[in-house]
Amino acid sequence: MTQAFRIENGGLINRDKKLSFKFNGKNYFGYEGDTLASALLANGVHLVGRSFKYHRPRGFFGAGVDEPYAVVQLYRNGETEPNIKATEQELFEGLEAKSVNCWPSVNFDIGAINNFLKIFLPAGFYYKTFMWPKSFWYRIYEPFIRKAAGLGVASTKHDKERYEHKYEYCDLLIAGSGPSGLAGAYAAAKNGAKVILAEDKPRFGGSLLTSDVNIGNQSGKDWAEGIIAELKTMPNVVVKNRSQIFGYYDHNMLVMSEKVSDHLPSTKKYHPNKRLWYIRAKEVLISSGSIERPIVFGNNDTPGVMLSSAAKEYLKVYGVLVGRKPLVFTNNDSGYETAIEFKKHGVDPVVLDSRKNAESEIIDEAKNLGINIKNSYVVVAAQGYKKVKSADIATISEDKKQLGKIESIQCDCICVSGFWTPTIHLASQSGNKTKFKEEIDAFVPGQSKQNEITLGAANGVFSLDETLKTSFKAGSELSKKITENDNEIAIPNVVEKKSSQHDKFWCVPLPKGKNYKRFLDFQNDVAVSDIEIALREGYRSIEHVKRYTTLGMATDQGKTSNLNGLQLVSEIENKVVPAVGHTTFRPPYTPVSIGAIVGREVGKHSKPTRKSPMHSWHEKNNAVFVDAGIWLRPRYYKRGNENLFEASKREAKNVRTNVGVCDVTTLGKIDVKGPDAAELLNRVYTNAWLKLPVGKARYGVMLREDGIVMDDGTTTRISENHYHMTTTTAQAANVLSHLEYYLQLVWPELNVNVVSTTEQWAGAAIAGPKSRDLLQKLFPNSDVSNEGLPFMGYMEGDLFGVKARIFRISFSGELAYEVNVESDYGNFMWEKIIEVGEKFNIQPYGTEALSTLRIEMGHVAGSELDGRTIPFDNALEGLVSKKKDFIGKRSLQRSAFIAEDRQRIVGVVPLDKQTSIPEGSHLVKDDKAPLPNPKLGHISASCWSVEYDNPFSLAILKDGKNMIGQKLFAMSPLKNKVIPVEIVSSHYVDPKGERVRS
Amino acid sequence: MLYINCPHCGMRSQNEFSYGGDASVKRPELNIEVSDQEWDNFVYNRKSLRGKHLELWQHISGCRQWIKVERDTATHEIFRTFKADEEVA
Repeated sequence: MTQAFRIENGGLINRDKKLSFKFNGKNYFGYEGDTLASALLANGVHLVGRSFKYHRPRGFFGAGVDEPYAVVQLYRNGETEPNIKATEQELFEGLEAKSVNCWPSVNFDIGAINNFLKIFLPAGFYYKTFMWPKSFWYRIYEPFIRKAAGLGVASTKHDKERYEHKYEYCDLLIAGSGPSGLAGAYAAAKNGAKVILAEDKPRFGGSLLTSDVNIGNQSGKDWAEGIIAELKTMPNVVVKNRSQIFGYYDHNMLVMSEKVSDHLPSTKKYHPNKRLWYIRAKEVLISSGSIERPIVFGNNDTPGVMLSSAAKEYLKVYGVLVGRKPLVFTNNDSGYETAIEFKKHGVDPVVLDSRKNAESEIIDEAKNLGINIKNSYVVVAAQGYKKVKSADIATISEDKKQLGKIESIQCDCICVSGFWTPTIHLASQSGNKTKFKEEIDAFVPGQSKQNEITLGAANGVFSLDETLKTSFKAGSELSKKITENDNEIAIPNVVEKKSSQHDKFWCVPLPKGKNYKRFLDFQNDVAVSDIEIALREGYRSIEHVKRYTTLGMATDQGKTSNLNGLQLVSEIENKVVPAVGHTTFRPPYTPVSIGAIVGREVGKHSKPTRKSPMHSWHEKNNAVFVDAGIWLRPRYYKRGNENLFEASKREAKNVRTNVGVCDVTTLGKIDVKGPDAAELLNRVYTNAWLKLPVGKARYGVMLREDGIVMDDGTTTRISENHYHMTTTTAQAANVLSHLEYYLQLVWPELNVNVVSTTEQWAGAAIAGPKSRDLLQKLFPNSDVSNEGLPFMGYMEGDLFGVKARIFRISFSGELAYEVNVESDYGNFMWEKIIEVGEKFNIQPYGTEALSTLRIEMGHVAGSELDGRTIPFDNALEGLVSKKKDFIGKRSLQRSAFIAEDRQRIVGVVPLDKQTSIPEGSHLVKDDKAPLPNPKLGHISASCWSVEYDNPFSLAILKDGKNMIGQKLFAMSPLKNKVIPVEIVSSHYVDPKGERVRS
Repeated sequence: MLYINCPHCGMRSQNEFSYGGDASVKRPELNIEVSDQEWDNFVYNRKSLRGKHLELWQHISGCRQWIKVERDTATHEIFRTFKADEEVA
């Protein structure tokens, strides 16, 4: 079996291993080492897609990362991925791919009608047209644009692949393994530096794989292989292929995406699909090479028109002829190199050189081979729809303005070379201000900004000899600074053919009476005429022109189009290119999988999960869990067919009538120790702390400096200089940082240490009228009577041999205690409480019942302490000391905070005593008032009061103090509810607080 | 990502730290009269400088120390770092 466009021998593919694959449903085969692009070209397939706007037929334009056309939808191992460049995707057995952006098929694409409507689709068409009528946007325009836009379809399935992140440090990071990268890496490695060499392609060597040069008496390719082989044996060197450094960030942090498994039919067990490397490099050597740029001419997007360097790469690396009747169109010597390769493989090319005369060793070789060379000739337009069939060519005057008589020439591909554009993205991302280099008509890096140096073609140096010399030297000097080694390296002799000056010519004028589309940006269908319109309409800044016309946007980010765009703008504007400037280069250089960016942090790994020591007991006892920050807490314990409402009601009621136990391990706990501990608390909390005796707890509220409540909780004096502070679950980390801030920066003279003990203690709240009886059974040797352990008292006890801390504090408003034991005994404690509590009808209760209990008692929590309320708003002004100063006190004098009608917490009961009020509902005076209906307050928390068996809510209400007894409406437009309500005291149950003291 | 020299731990990546604002702000002493203007300046008013800026960072996933970092807000260059109690000359 032969392939029509594969040459007999040659190339770097493995001809012993055939691989079958499918494209648009049709079976083909290629070889190991092929890309999808080279395999399709070997089979004579040039039509791979449709263009973005006009749906014109698209083929292959490049052979790598610069490819603007051949973007496909890939199917691999039951998964699908859009936005894959066929020129980068390595072939594997069973690969399947489909064209994108065409319907119903790439051969017959209905959207191609846009091509005939193109007069109506100029730059800015979408902006101008889809503006009106307004009502059309949602129903007609947006769905239409959505359907028409995009390159492929993202999978909606869960991604089975695994992605990894890796952090790495090195002395020298080298981006690109062409001659410059290899020389730099080798010299640095020899000096003992820790080197990472990254290559985006599967094969190392860059331009050496395709150029006809000799280094140290070997071919460039063999030299590269030798260097790589030696680097791989060195312990201080990491060489990575299939690895694209796509971003250069602050402080020499670079990010690299390594395609670990994309070249395989399926990912190996324990291997990631991709690995994202965060590399902190002391020095960076950017050897990213250059990309050939096209010359603009009519219908230059026809399949079969491609970069001459790509044609050469397909031939030399993959053994594939992109055509059998090639036309080479060039303004420099690179086109001749491609022509020579064709000729060597028995194919007769015709070379059109825009230069009148050019002399060089390369051109001489072409002449000697008998290649047909036409000077002062240009391609005016390609002819053919789905494939180039012929070209209209003509002579061009020396000023490049006048075309001669149009002739037609048969050809099946047009290989175009408009000279080279250095790949300066990484240098520019590092902050380097680029400069325009006249001799090469392109931007090169300027003064280094971070510790980066750009060498070789990326720096606009196209001589191999000079590139090797400067790169060896740079590698040696950069590493010497770090390792202080200075191992001399003999720089090998280079044999390369001298080339002549390129022609500053980039766009073929239109012949009289012809209106060919001349494309600048191939991915976005931006033609010369679009840029002309943008400028005519007044766009001047290149950034604006880019956004208006989409020049240089999308997945290829204008790698082949940017400079020609700038040339055009500068020509029309009559400016020099550097005065126009280029648009900003931003990472990523090339598309990166979202999966790689996310890494392992997906699903349950997106954040850590914290579990209390009693978690497995809760699981065994039908707990339904809820996320509380990163903690998992039992929301309720399901019995039979109970729902949340029924279960939480039962649990709460049992607390009010018998006794319940709740896991409160998640509360933040901070040990505060030192002779000045009391003084610290006194400054942090709004109330007084200096006189709290040992063995007593106190409730405290702490503010931010702006007077807003930050957190609340109880703090207990364990011994003379030792306090045990508790915080809410949510604020635990913030409170610790807050304390550290004041201790380290504001009051360093205070002799206090703080440390988090949240995970050291397991906590159980025992609440209900029978809690004391239960506690006595748990601690038979302790006096837990009302006298022995009064409200807000503290003692240590012995829980069946385990040391425990017993606090008489209450969140539920019932007689209640909290017992803490060291975390490892948490489960033991819990089981003992349940076991002993059985005869008191104990039931565990979850966060839902906990909320119910605190709401009907009017105790505030996170929904009231929401970062917008001061102590007064929460009826906590009694805890605000008038005598002493504390954090945030001064702010409480702000006029808004002392206003007569200041908002305040109230209770809310629906008039029908039936309808639950959705949390977040607004309280308004008149439910029929025109919008916007003035808001008086909002419902912060709602429950079903188990005490009164009707709904009850808390609200923060304007002038709440004077609103008790008023009738208002709770409105929830989200839930479409309007509920007439009465405002009552927030202390709905036991307003005098007798139970906690009983 | 910034690379910050913690005076206690050495060079560490930014993701170990938490930003804490302008380090030049001084809290008024406790128990003294503070005018509205002074208090507003302390709590709210900050200059959004372009250029050298002394700022607070906490090495939250490391030694938990608050440190001062002299950084250029435009270029992100870090010039010097200081311990919390070190005077900045």
